[in-house]
Amino acid sequence: MRIAIASGKGGTGKTTVAVNLALVASKEGRSVQLLDCDVEEPNSHLFLHPELETSRRVFLPVPTVDKSLCTACGECGKICAYSAIVVVKDKVLTFPELCHGCGGCKRVCPEEAIRETGREMGVVECGRADGIAFAHGKLRVSEVMPVPLIRAVKGSADDVDLHLFDAPPGTSCPVIETIRGSSYVLLVTEPTPFGLWDLGLALDMAKKLGVPHGIVVNRHMDGNESARRLASERGVEILAEIPDDRRVAEAYSRGEAAVDAVPGTRDVFTRLLQRLLELGRAGEQTEKGAAKP
Amino acid sequence: MKVVVTSQGKDMDAPVDLRFGRAPWFIVVDTETGEYEAVSNEQNLNAPQGAGIQAADNVARTGARALVTGNCGPNAFRTLSEAEIKVYMGSSGTVAEAVEAFKRGDLGAADEANVEGHW
Repeated sequence: MRIAIASGKGGTGKTTVAVNLALVASKEGRSVQLLDCDVEEPNSHLFLHPELETSRRVFLPVPTVDKSLCTACGECGKICAYSAIVVVKDKVLTFPELCHGCGGCKRVCPEEAIRETGREMGVVECGRADGIAFAHGKLRVSEVMPVPLIRAVKGSADDVDLHLFDAPPGTSCPVIETIRGSSYVLLVTEPTPFGLWDLGLALDMAKKLGVPHGIVVNRHMDGNESARRLASERGVEILAEIPDDRRVAEAYSRGEAAVDAVPGTRDVFTRLLQRLLELGRAGEQTEKGAAKP
Repeated sequence: MKVVVTSQGKDMDAPVDLRFGRAPWFIVVDTETGEYEAVSNEQNLNAPQGAGIQAADNVARTGARALVTGNCGPNAFRTLSEAEIKVYMGSSGTVAEAVEAFKRGDLGAADEANVEGHW
């Protein structure tokens, strides 16, 4: 089962949910992998403390033009959607930092004057912690495009029963790339006006992508019904409510997982995992049913 | 000599647009005859990136040898330089006023971009 953990607003507890779910699943004897796809600010490792075993540099193919072959026909510039290559005054110019690596220019060049060279995107590191397989990406400082590296992190998925993809915040390309291909998306929110507003955007996104999704309310306070109201208005299930507890924040600040540090928290995550697995099984059955003629 | 002025509108009385890549109109002025035509740069207004490069390409296609605008970023400036178009920045007022200032020699040609990309 492939579960993405996203949020809309930053700082609502995606990593907390991802890490604690991984720990609970591993304790139950399940094979699980946590893939931290927030390549701009990966932080799951601060709580899992994995032993990193491999480190791989990731490159994006960008065009290099052999000017002796180029006839300045301009076909490369016409196909490029991002202005990373352009022909002006019979000269071809490239802007490698704008290139998304689609390979279109190389393909359309009638003179075969374009070859691809690598622009370094960052590294993917893999390892293990407490029986949990772990992978994360670290975007090269000053690189502006996270999506190719996120793809590489997802490409490091091992053959396990449960994959947890910790997404970046927001609802833009990096989040969409993380969620793509998931069987379920958990949207983590906090019951504040900002948290719920961005949850609304994240719900729209998940709906548009057609991925089954549900809500986890972090820092839930008794008497605050705002998240429940939004969930019922939108017809979306709340899978878990993590109580607002200072001890969780204190454990976080020490780099400790809540299930290990705060009694009672483990039950919340165990129930959340159970519910996710039920939904996963139901989803698989629906898929099988739909596949039949 | 043909000069392009970035503009918020389609004629000589329109205000100069201080942005280059995302200016809605380019007014192409013949400084000898005073004749002008408006070229739309609308396709770049909502470009996610590379607006300056595309705009520079648009200017090059008009055959102009000079650009009069408010500000210009590094990618646009590089493209304009390669296209052998001189860049005159810090312009303001109407397009007609900017052209007069250019003709008087009040605007100096720039050696480099004056703003960051995505300004």
